[in-house]
Amino acid sequence: MNNFDIIVIGGGHAGIEAACAASKMGCSVALVTMDKNAIGRMSCNPAIGGTAKGHVVREIDALGGVMGLIADRSGIQFRMLNRSKGPAVWSPRSQNDRKLYSEEAIRVIDSHKNITVVKESVTGINTEDGKVTGVTTIEGHSISAKAVILCSGTFLNGLMHTGLNQFEGGRYGEQKAIGITESLVGLGFEAGRLKTGTPPRLHKDSIDWDALEVQSGDDDPQPFSFRTPRSEFPYQPQLSCHITHTDVNVHNILETGFHQSPLFTGVIGGVGPRYCPSIEDKIVRFNDKPRHQLFLEPEGLDSELIYVNGFSTSLPAEVQDKALRLVPGLKDMKMVRPGYAVEYDFFPPHQVDLTLETKRVRGLYFAGQVNGTSGYEEAAAQGLVAGINAAAKILGKKEFVLKRSEAYIGVMVDDLVNKSTDEPYRIFTSRAEHRLLLRQDNADRRLSQYGHYYGLIEDEHNEEIRMRSEKISVGIEILSRKKIKPADINPVLHSKEADLIDTPEAISKLCKRPELQLEEILALTNGDEELATIKNDKYAVEQIEIELKYEGYIKRQFDQVEKMEKYEGLRIPATLDYAKVKALSTEGREKLLKVQPRSIGQASRISGVTPSDISVLLVYLKK
Amino acid sequence: MNNEDIIIAEATPPGAAAISVIRLSGTNCIEAADRLFSGKVKLSAVPSHTLHYGRIVGRNAQTIDDVLASVFREPNSYTGEDSVEISTHGNPLVTATVINEFLQMDIRIAEPGEFTKRAFLNGRIDLAQAEAVIELINSRSEAAVRGSRNQLDGLLSQKIGELRQQLINAVSLVELELDFAEEDLEFIDNSAVIELITGIKKEISALLATYRFGRVFREGVNVALVGLPNVGKSSVLNHILKERRAIVSPIPGTTRDIIREDVTIDGVLYRLYDTAGIRNTEDLIEKEGVERSRKAVRDADLVLFINETAHPFDEYLYLELQEFTSEERIVKVINKSDLPGKVGDQPGSIRVSALTGEGFEQLFDLMKERAYGGENYTEKSILVSSIRHKSLLEKANIALENAKDSAKQQMSGEFISVDIRHAINSLGEIIGTVTTDDILNNIFSKFCIGK
Repeated sequence: MNNFDIIVIGGGHAGIEAACAASKMGCSVALVTMDKNAIGRMSCNPAIGGTAKGHVVREIDALGGVMGLIADRSGIQFRMLNRSKGPAVWSPRSQNDRKLYSEEAIRVIDSHKNITVVKESVTGINTEDGKVTGVTTIEGHSISAKAVILCSGTFLNGLMHTGLNQFEGGRYGEQKAIGITESLVGLGFEAGRLKTGTPPRLHKDSIDWDALEVQSGDDDPQPFSFRTPRSEFPYQPQLSCHITHTDVNVHNILETGFHQSPLFTGVIGGVGPRYCPSIEDKIVRFNDKPRHQLFLEPEGLDSELIYVNGFSTSLPAEVQDKALRLVPGLKDMKMVRPGYAVEYDFFPPHQVDLTLETKRVRGLYFAGQVNGTSGYEEAAAQGLVAGINAAAKILGKKEFVLKRSEAYIGVMVDDLVNKSTDEPYRIFTSRAEHRLLLRQDNADRRLSQYGHYYGLIEDEHNEEIRMRSEKISVGIEILSRKKIKPADINPVLHSKEADLIDTPEAISKLCKRPELQLEEILALTNGDEELATIKNDKYAVEQIEIELKYEGYIKRQFDQVEKMEKYEGLRIPATLDYAKVKALSTEGREKLLKVQPRSIGQASRISGVTPSDISVLLVYLKK
Repeated sequence: MNNEDIIIAEATPPGAAAISVIRLSGTNCIEAADRLFSGKVKLSAVPSHTLHYGRIVGRNAQTIDDVLASVFREPNSYTGEDSVEISTHGNPLVTATVINEFLQMDIRIAEPGEFTKRAFLNGRIDLAQAEAVIELINSRSEAAVRGSRNQLDGLLSQKIGELRQQLINAVSLVELELDFAEEDLEFIDNSAVIELITGIKKEISALLATYRFGRVFREGVNVALVGLPNVGKSSVLNHILKERRAIVSPIPGTTRDIIREDVTIDGVLYRLYDTAGIRNTEDLIEKEGVERSRKAVRDADLVLFINETAHPFDEYLYLELQEFTSEERIVKVINKSDLPGKVGDQPGSIRVSALTGEGFEQLFDLMKERAYGGENYTEKSILVSSIRHKSLLEKANIALENAKDSAKQQMSGEFISVDIRHAINSLGEIIGTVTTDDILNNIFSKFCIGK
C-alpha cells in the first residue's frame, strides 16, 4: 500500500502523538521510521515532565494524547515539583525506564489499526502547485498522501561531536536523515542549524552509591494521565536518584580539554540552549561558581546505565573520563558511553502557521525539533497539534488552535510562530501570562472538550469531566451563599491568632484568608445537605479552594491581558500589502511579511515589531 | 509614498504678528502652489529646501501679498510628503485671503494635528516624538518649551527605562525559583523582595511628585481672583496684565462667562480668572455665575484672596473660600496700600497698590514659589507632565504595593510576580517597550541554569 491520508515522518514523541491522533480521528496513517524499535526512544534524559513541561504532559493527556499514559506505565519515580509553592506552579515529573517507555510506545502504536509502520528513510517531500502530494524514500519508492507531518527530530543532517571527532547520525548508533532539508530548501524553505547535547552514561556497578545523597520519589506518587486508574498505579517498582557535584578540581581537568572542544574552537556552528548548557559552558560563563550539581539518574529497572544529568558535554572522551573520576562517588566509575553534542537542521518556525501547517506548502506540517524546540514534551504537544490539524483539514473539521489563555501548548505554538527562535525553545511557566489559570490540576477541565470534539476523548470521560466542572461552579455559588456564625468559626480563628469576625460571613469569603483551609471551615457545617455534597468530594473541595483563594490574583492577571485579548479579535486581512504601509519600521515590516499574523494581537507579539508599528497598523487598518 | 490629498493650514498662531506661515502638504502641492505663486522661477522647478521670493496673485489677477515660499520635497519634509511653506505678512486678513484662494482648488483645511499625524504615518517621527511634538505645540510658556525639548531628548524615557530594568531584575529573582526550583541556586527571600520593591516604589513616587510642577510647566497655573466688590479686584487684574507688557490674548470661543486672561511672568504662564462671587444667592442668573466662580476656585492652583487696607481680612469670605479650595492654595493680598488703613496686619499677606504698582514684585515671587510647590525643579529636572504618564506611574505604584503585600503574607513567587509584571508593563507602556522575553533573558544571563 502506498497511498495514505497522512504520512508521519519520524517515530519520536512528536510522531507518536501525530500518528495516534490522526488515526483515532479516522485517517489512514503511514508512520515512516528507519527503525521500528526506535519508536518512542528517549534520546536524552530518561525523564518526563518538570516545571511547565509537566503541565504540557497533562494538557496533552487532557486532549486525548498518549504521552501521559506511556510515561505512567514506564515510570520508575514520580515527583511533584514546587510543592512548597502555589498550586499553579506545581509540576509533575517522572524518571522512566527507557526500554519500557519505548515498548509501551510501540504497543500504543500497534493498538491503532489505522497506523501502518513503514520502515524506510524519507529523502524528499513531493509537492504539486504548492500542495504536498507525498514523500520519496531512500529506496526510491514514493508514498502518496493528502498531508505530511515532518517529525524528524535531530536526524536532519545530524552531526555528533565528541572532542574534535565527528560522527554522522541523528542519535548514538543511528543513521542521519539526508535529503529532506535539501528538498525543502529547494521548495523555498529557510533552514537553520541548532545544537544540543547529552551527558555521558556510566555503569551502575561502578559507582560508590553510599557516598551520595539520595533523592527519592514522592510517597504518594501522582500519575500524569487523568485516565490512569489509581488502583493500578504505580505500575513499576520505584527507584531513587542520587545527587553529587563537581568542584574546582573537576573544572581544572575539564579546562585541559578546552582546546579540543568543538564548542570553543568554532567547529560547532549551531546554537545551543542557554537553559541547558554543557558543563564546559557553565564553567566559562559562571566561573565564579565553584561547583555544579549533578544528578545520577537510573536509565531503567534492568538497565546497567546511569545518566549524569548536569554533565552534558562534547569534550574529548578521555577528558570526560578523567574529570568524572574526581567527582565524589565516581572515583572508580566506568564510562560506558561519552557525552556528545549533536547538530541538526531545523526550520525557523515563523514558517508555520498556528496550526503548524507550513505557510509555503499546504498540507505539509512541522512538529518537534524541526521547529526549533527541545524536549520530549514540547515535541509531543506539537505532534498532537499537527496531527489533529492535518486530520481535521482532511475531514472538514474546524482548525485546532489553542489560545495563550487556554494552555501552555497555546503559549508555545504562539511563541514559535511569532517570535520564531534562534536557540532550542523550551517551555517555562514564566512564558505564560495566564500562569495562575493554567494549572496542571485543571488541564482536563480546560481542554478535554477539544479532545472530545476531535474524537480523541470518549463521550463518557468527557461527560464525567463536564459534571465535575459543573459541580465546582455550583459549589462556588453555594459557598458564597452559605454563612458561618462567629460563634462557630471564632474558636478556630482564635487558636490561629487570627482576626475574629463579628457578623456571619460567607464561606467563600472566609476561605480567602491565608490562615484558613476550606476543609476546616466545612468541618463546622454539620447537617447541611447542600454542603455535604461538596464536603465529601475531596477533588471538588481542592479545586474550589484554589479558585476562591486566588481569585483576586487571577482577576488582576486577567485585567492585564485583557487589553491584549481585545487585539486578538482585530483581524488583519491576509491581502494586506505591508509594502504600502510606509510608516512601519524596516525591521517591523520585514517581520510582519515573514510571519503574516492573523490579528493585531498576534502582530504585537512578533519580536522586532514595535508598539509604534502596531499603532501604525491600527491607524492604517482604520483608514 | 501614498497619494495623499493636499491639506493647508496656518502654521503660526492666529492673530496679528510680523509674519504668518501657511503650510501646504500632499502630493502635487508644489504644482498647486505654482498656480498662485508668481516669481522668477516655478516652484515645481526648484530644488528641495530652497527659499523663493514672489507674489501671491489671486483669481482676479490682483496681488494679495509679497511672500517667501520654501519648497520641501518628499521624503525630506516634516510630513514626509511634498510640502510648501508660504510666509506672508502677519495680517489675519491676508492669510485668510491666501488660504481661501487655495481652497478654491482641490485642497482642504487640515484637521487639528494632521500634519503631525502624516509625519507619524510616514515614519518621520515615532509615537513618543509625536507626543512630545504635540506637547511642544500646546505648551505656551518658554519654560514649557524647554521642558518638552527635554522630554524629546528622552531624559524621562531613560529614567523609566532604568526603573523598568530594576523591576525586571527583581522579578527575575522571584521567578527564578519557580522555573528552576531544581537548580542548585540561591533563591531570594521575601524580605529581600520587599526591600527591592520599596526602593523602586520610592523612585516612582519621586517622579510622581514632579507631576504637579510638570503640569504647571506645560499647561500653566490657574489663578482665581476672589474678593468682595470694591476691593479693586479688576484693577489688580488689569495691573498684572498691563504692568507686565506680557503676551495677553483674548481666548476666542471660550464658553465661560468668567473672563480669562493669560499672562507670562518670569517664564511662567498664568491663567487668570476674574470671579464674580461665590456666595449663595436666590437670583437664578446670578446663581449660574456663582456656580462658575466656584468651579474656577475649585480648579485653581492658586487663589488670590483680595482685600483692601480699610478692611484687610474678610473672615466670612475666607471661611467660605475654604469650602472650595485648600488653605495652602490661598494667597492673601491687601490692595490699596497707598491708602491709610487699619492698624494690625494679616500675617502672610502681601500688600500691593494697583495704583502705584507697589508690592507686585513680591506678589509675583510668591506666586511662582507657590506654583512650583516650593521644590527646586528646573526645566532640566526629569518631569512628569503628561496625564497618561502620571496614570501609568500610579498604576505601577499600586501594583508594587500589592506585590509588597503578597510578599509580606509570605505568598509564593508566582503571586508576587503577577503584580511586579503589571508594574513592568505599565512602565513599558510609557516608553513603548512591551516584551515578556526580558525576564527569561535576564535570568539566563545572570544565573547558571541547566542541570
